Amino acid sequence: MENQAGENQAGENQAANWPDDVYAVFKSQGIQQLVYVPDAGHARLIELAIADPDMQATALTTEEEGIALLAGAWLGGQRGVLLMQSSGVGNCINMLSLTNTCRFPLLTLVTMRGEWAEFNPWQAPMSKATQSSLENMGVQCFRLEDQAEVAQTVDAVATQVFAGDQAAAILLGQKLIGKKEWSR
Amino acid sequence: MTDMIRPFGTLDRREVVAELLRDREDLLLVTGLGSPTYDAAAVEDHHANFYLWGAMGGAALMGLGLALAQPSRPVLVITGDGEQLMGLGGLATIAVKKPANLSIVVLDNGHYGETGMQTSHTGYGLKLPEVATACGFAESVEIEEMPSVEHLRGQLHGNAPGPRFASVRIAPTSPERILPSRDGVRIKNRFRDHLGPF
Repeated sequence: MENQAGENQAGENQAANWPDDVYAVFKSQGIQQLVYVPDAGHARLIELAIADPDMQATALTTEEEGIALLAGAWLGGQRGVLLMQSSGVGNCINMLSLTNTCRFPLLTLVTMRGEWAEFNPWQAPMSKATQSSLENMGVQCFRLEDQAEVAQTVDAVATQVFAGDQAAAILLGQKLIGKKEWSR
Repeated sequence: MTDMIRPFGTLDRREVVAELLRDREDLLLVTGLGSPTYDAAAVEDHHANFYLWGAMGGAALMGLGLALAQPSRPVLVITGDGEQLMGLGGLATIAVKKPANLSIVVLDNGHYGETGMQTSHTGYGLKLPEVATACGFAESVEIEEMPSVEHLRGQLHGNAPGPRFASVRIAPTSPERILPSRDGVRIKNRFRDHLGPF
């Protein structure tokens, strides 16, 4: 691993709790709807959302539903966030016309598959195309590799998204999430 | 093989939409791309209308997000069979969330009207109300006559919990296009200004 010399214990603990810190940012940003197609990297966030009586947590059958759903939430005066993995970005492409044409705010957290220590080659093509696909449809991307940066980045990006009607994706590198463990 | 325009329903789509939107009060409306958008605009360019001109398959989901955000107001989605068929999974997502204030009305003519009246899956026999029932909608009906449309209009404003699904069998006609604004940013902000301030 690449922990820098001198990183203190508190910093490591903080990093390990990054999903809890991110969820606290969702709350402080006034997010009331969390929509998702599950991914192991989002498991803790989904668990927190389902347990929160003040959060509408909605499971989707495909990621593009989330793009439309969050546009509707915004029409109704609520902020939301979409959680998905990189393979789901491809499912969203045409639906992002809605975000783009109407300048709906969009905040999405994308866990990357198909890169760091990925054993499944079927994840690779969409992984390689994730950032360029989002950018082609007008979604700005912020890529992270360090757990310690996630919460503060989500906070900064959410401000930009909801205050300025912007569309942004935070790409969480597979190295950050950890390699997928398989059990027989 | 020539794809004939086969008879489907008999109801007039403009009459159906005019009835559904009669005395609409605090009803919020999302319309699917194509004719449903023109049908709604033909009734009134209301500030609580959001017209889709694209994003095919997204109308019902937009209604879900809106219904969850505004649980005290009736939310109606009017869309076409082709548009709903592109987002069939969305019916499952809606049924799981059970928004009591959401109604999805499909104007079903069994054809893709915008592209030359090619037969859709409903035209080939698929029953959307049965799909909605299987997903778990609180209520799901097929409507073939105006009195049933009038009854549905009452239910939109009633207390019986949704989500509610209706497929209204309309004649495969293409009435004059009444075009609302295609400026999505303007329609979005107009809708929010009407509903807010946020």
